[in-house]
Amino acid sequence: MKKSVLLGAFAASALVAGMAQAQTLQTVLDRGELNCGVSTGLAGFSAPDANGVWQGFDVDKCRAIAAAIFDDPMAVNFVPTTGQTRFSALASGEVDMLARNTTWTFARDIDLNLTFVGTNYYDGQGFMVPRDLGVSSATELDGATVCIQTGTTTELNLADYFRANGMSYEPVPIETNAEAQQQYLAGACDVYTTDVSGLAATRASFADPGEHVILPEVISKEPLGLVVRDGDKQWEGIVRWTLMALIAAEELGVTSANVAEMAEGSDSPEINRLLGSEGDFGAMFGLDSDWAVRAIAARGNYGEIFAANIGEQTPIGLARGLNAQWTQGGLMYAPPFR
Amino acid sequence: MSTTSDLRTKSAPPKRSFELSMLLYDQRYRSITIQVFFLFLLMLFAAWLIDNTVNNLRALGRDFSFAFLNAPAGYDISQRPIEYNSQMTHGRAALVGLLNTLILAVMACVLATVLGVIAGVLRLSNNWIVGRLMTVYVEVFRNIPTLLWILIFGAIMTEAMPAPSAFRGDDPASRMLFNDAVAITNRGVWVPSIMFLRDLGYFQLGPVAPSITWVLAIAIVAAGIWANKKLIDHATRVQNATGVRPKTWWKSILILLGPIALYFFALGAHLEYPELRGFNFAGGTHLRNSLIAMWLGLGIYTGAFIAEIVRAGILAINKGQTEAAFALGLQPGKTMRLVILPQALRVIIPPLISNYLNITKNTSLGLAVGYMDLRSTLGGITINQTGRELEGMLLMMLIYLAISLAISGAMNVYNSRVKLKER
Repeated sequence: MKKSVLLGAFAASALVAGMAQAQTLQTVLDRGELNCGVSTGLAGFSAPDANGVWQGFDVDKCRAIAAAIFDDPMAVNFVPTTGQTRFSALASGEVDMLARNTTWTFARDIDLNLTFVGTNYYDGQGFMVPRDLGVSSATELDGATVCIQTGTTTELNLADYFRANGMSYEPVPIETNAEAQQQYLAGACDVYTTDVSGLAATRASFADPGEHVILPEVISKEPLGLVVRDGDKQWEGIVRWTLMALIAAEELGVTSANVAEMAEGSDSPEINRLLGSEGDFGAMFGLDSDWAVRAIAARGNYGEIFAANIGEQTPIGLARGLNAQWTQGGLMYAPPFR
Repeated sequence: MSTTSDLRTKSAPPKRSFELSMLLYDQRYRSITIQVFFLFLLMLFAAWLIDNTVNNLRALGRDFSFAFLNAPAGYDISQRPIEYNSQMTHGRAALVGLLNTLILAVMACVLATVLGVIAGVLRLSNNWIVGRLMTVYVEVFRNIPTLLWILIFGAIMTEAMPAPSAFRGDDPASRMLFNDAVAITNRGVWVPSIMFLRDLGYFQLGPVAPSITWVLAIAIVAAGIWANKKLIDHATRVQNATGVRPKTWWKSILILLGPIALYFFALGAHLEYPELRGFNFAGGTHLRNSLIAMWLGLGIYTGAFIAEIVRAGILAINKGQTEAAFALGLQPGKTMRLVILPQALRVIIPPLISNYLNITKNTSLGLAVGYMDLRSTLGGITINQTGRELEGMLLMMLIYLAISLAISGAMNVYNSRVKLKER
């Protein structure tokens, strides 16, 4: 709404006023907290709980990075950004990184001068409809009214999918997930489309989740990544390798429960290098050698974070699927720490 | 100092040649010095801004280019006054948005003017209830932000109206209004549209393709209005010469309605009614929720301001004018229409211009309810998909500036026609 106008103008004026692009780590250290851009509220991924503390899968990535830098997972200032404002907020320096459902695409990587440091969650776009609509496949949606969040890849995929299948639709553009939910529940649109994880999270917050079905078609690849600005290799490294450390920790069996014990030294050289008892990787990007220990201790490894926020034991109930470790048939694969 | 002023003053100051210190200490030159100084500062500031932008864009590795306007947009737009699909360019999408902005601005200006004039006149009514009701309308609407009104009307439309599926079945929960002509749903209002059996097709006018049928229809109506004005002028001349006004009403009706009715009949005009098909209604004209919410929100909100302007204009006319009109035997309605309002227009028009400009600029709130105006297309999705904030914002500012100046210019022409003619 108005905020995005302001942010757009702010982005333009920030370009004009000139922002220090490099030295993000120093800026963060001086400030004493990490400014992390998250979505405006998506249960399980990033949403404030009853006490106003941000919780979720994306949020925990920010907390791990804050822990690696400050040894304090709470030293994060969460900045809610919409699909429209997120890149302006990052480019202008309002946030240091984005940990929200942002799809890694060619144009964003190259033309927007952003760096996607890695995939946080492998997702795909799906459709949710009320059960009583009697639709069982997305190919039956010809002529439907579709709620979409504007400024997202979802919007483009939707146009492509309906065009490729020779169907028509009526788009209802909406700014945030909360508004989309309200419009969908009011029946102002037949279908809500976004990433399947987002649909599951949204459905979990409904009064009667059983009355809504997510259609089987997944119409796109949506690798959701952590994003930083181009031009600061050090900061890019910290964000990328903290994510990789969480993924590697799960593969190597390092959890929040045993990380302190394992940090003393173990039989596995890979674990020793990851946790800093062999080599000094932390110093290479301006942190100390225990950075990964703190990151893992904050909220656990990738698998623990997944299970606690969006896993099958939670109301959101997402299976690991593509997001399982590569050893389990998934796509989560951390490059070696050496 | 010229020689003429030397003659008029008794003791002319001795002529001094120009010295540099006079720039600061001589009142004749000081103001110029200050103006030049501040102009210089302003230019420095502008140069610094431009230099900074260029340098920072380079530091970010970004170029400054409008080439993105020719790239395929890739997104769909719900309300399309001209042909558009997701394969067309960002420039085309911006044009669709611009037309949506203009459509909304015109609709809202008309609604605001009608409401404003009625409420402004009635607020001065001698009827206590009518007057107070209008006071309530004005005070409630102009003291609550327009964005809230837009959201309220949007919420009323989506939450309180029946879904299209409620119209289905043998005993539907909701029925269409006016003999199955109008359907009010939570996805907008469907009204019948006029279709032609023998359509005259389209012609290409730059990037848009207007319908020949409708352009001709508008031309016929305009010609009718012009001819009717001639008829009335003639009647006035006859009245001035003979004192008897010839009857014109049936001629007026014939001139205004005859040709257009014949034209529509010749082309086989008929109404296309909306009907429930698939998920939604099809056929007829679809006025989307977003359009209705914006139209009502902006129109009723600004109408309250216009009501105050109209009231101020009327109160600015001397009471003697009313008394004189009454003394001549004019009824109150005629007094208002023939004596007061024409004079009040002189006071009303200038602030009215700024309210029309406000409406036009406030259409940029459209994104709040998903109305695809210029701000939502060029300034929203296009900027977001291409990352061209600076270019997009500049272009958008330029377009809004151009629209506002055009409205302002047109209204100023009108103002100079109604203002007091001094002879």
